[in-house]
Amino acid sequence: MIEIRDLAKIYRMGEETVAALAGVSLTIARGEHTAIIGPSGSGKSSLMNILGGLDRPTRGTYRFEGEDVGQMDDDSLADFRSRRIGFVFQSFQLLPRLSALQNVELPMVYAGLLPAERRERAAAMLERVGLGSRMGHRPTQLSGGQQQRVAIARALANAPDLLLADEPTGALDSQTGKDVLALFHQLNAEGLTILIVTHDHDVAAQAGRRVTFRDGLIVSDDKGGPA
Amino acid sequence: MMRRIDLVGFAAGAIAAHPMRSALTSLGVVIGVAAVVMMTSIGLGAQQRVTSAIGGLGSNLLIVSPGASRGPGGGFVSQGAGSGMSLNDDDAEAIGKLDGVAASAPSVRGGAQLASEGANWSTRVEGVTPDYLVARDLTIASGRMFDENEARQGRKVIVIGQTIVTELFGEGADPIGKRIRVGAVPFEVIGVLESKGQSGFGQDQDDIVLGPLPAVRSRIVGRRVRGDNVQTIYVKAGTADDLDRVQEDLSNLLRERHRIRPGQEDDFSVQNMAAIMEAMQASVKTFTGLLAAVAAVSLVVGGVGIMNIMLVAVTERTREIGLRMALGARRIDVLLQFALEAMTLSVIGGAIGLVIGVGGGALMAKLGDWPVAIAAWSIPVSLGFSLLVGLVFGAYPSWRAARLDPIEALRRE
Repeated sequence: MIEIRDLAKIYRMGEETVAALAGVSLTIARGEHTAIIGPSGSGKSSLMNILGGLDRPTRGTYRFEGEDVGQMDDDSLADFRSRRIGFVFQSFQLLPRLSALQNVELPMVYAGLLPAERRERAAAMLERVGLGSRMGHRPTQLSGGQQQRVAIARALANAPDLLLADEPTGALDSQTGKDVLALFHQLNAEGLTILIVTHDHDVAAQAGRRVTFRDGLIVSDDKGGPA
Repeated sequence: MMRRIDLVGFAAGAIAAHPMRSALTSLGVVIGVAAVVMMTSIGLGAQQRVTSAIGGLGSNLLIVSPGASRGPGGGFVSQGAGSGMSLNDDDAEAIGKLDGVAASAPSVRGGAQLASEGANWSTRVEGVTPDYLVARDLTIASGRMFDENEARQGRKVIVIGQTIVTELFGEGADPIGKRIRVGAVPFEVIGVLESKGQSGFGQDQDDIVLGPLPAVRSRIVGRRVRGDNVQTIYVKAGTADDLDRVQEDLSNLLRERHRIRPGQEDDFSVQNMAAIMEAMQASVKTFTGLLAAVAAVSLVVGGVGIMNIMLVAVTERTREIGLRMALGARRIDVLLQFALEAMTLSVIGGAIGLVIGVGGGALMAKLGDWPVAIAAWSIPVSLGFSLLVGLVFGAYPSWRAARLDPIEALRRE
């Protein structure tokens, strides 16, 4: 499903150039549950930004289901994110003045769905992550774990091909973190392709495949199932 | 692709999230629009007042007075010493025969004390011919006007205005047939004029007494007017189009009759009321424009206020912008969201300002005692302008929002 070849991302910092990604090739198949591991500065965030269509590579190719995402313009990238990608962030990134239901509706607004359909699907997604009884609550009225569930429901709203999670348990205590990872397992079992970016080896160990980054390069690719 | 109608919900939600801030942001536009609407309505009221003031003298009217005029082409009369009595009955009659003249009414006037049934009233009495009613657009409410014969025979009859009726006989009394002593001379009331109310200049137009010209001239005005001299000739042209030509013709006629050689100054002056009205209206218009321009400046200041708050909002909501982009918003969607927010704030301010401006204009009209004049165009124009203000001053903050890098924006605290 995802095919990247010799992908590089190079930043200019004054006189110097810094290669966040120094030529990475990786293939991810539909239905895989992958963790990208590495210390900060290893290039894993840069990879995630490019995979999610938030950024363009300096060099190399990125194909998603055959689409050349690396060459898309801003509008096409926005549509690509809308159709294909569900984002889950470390800090949840919920809009505080909107209810849980309205937060989940948001990506569907940008996909052009009608209000009635949005509401119905948002409600179904919240049911799916176990928050059917909290739809009218604002983020501040929810616990951290509940907020991350709302964010996951939001990521699922447009039925994405890929769920991209950036340190999804980083802001949660270990028990709620485990619950969220269990939810990922469940979603993966239902066929969703998931890619988690983390520096936490315990989190990475849950995934079926672990790709380790260091200094902008892949240093290991362990497809041996959950460790 | 999103449905753009959903942007309305976003804008409304953002504005409703900070009601106090939104209200203060709109305040500048509220004040600006209210000021513009109020100023134009005051200007328009003043304009209508000028129109009614001059129009009240009679339409298509030329006022011919003795004495030289100041400057070319008419204007206000220079009544210096020795301006003399250069006009007489025959001049008026000759003017009346000119083509396009509907009425030529000579008149004299003098102050007099009126007395009747124990009441008395001090006013000015005008000696006129029946044509005077035509020239000044006056109508008889009850009784009748004296005719040419009565005038010539020196009959002592008068036609009076409502104020005189009220002052001498009491409100609503019927004075027809009653006698009034004008100075020392008794006159019989034969008619009452239709009320014209106050003129735009604040004069009571009903404080009026009309008597036959010869009788008034000899018995009341006395020494100040000799022989068959008159003080004013009111000339009414048949139509407004005739006015300029009639003015020229009567000037030529009078120069001829008075034997004024070419190059020599006129011994009379002609005021074209239409021309004076135009000049006054033009100056009122200029004044109105000036007031509106000053008010418009405050509208611009209101726009700057909107820009300021929108820039703050973009900074505050940087993460929200990044998130929206991550969730599939195109840059244009973000741009339109913030632009719509700015325009909504501005138009709401404009609508409130319009209501205040209309109310304020009406209040000012009441205080200033002139007609309420809210121009119908001021409604779409002020709303349109506030929309434009929102668009112009919302453009830069919206552009800043749309240009943000989603990765940077998401990382912002």
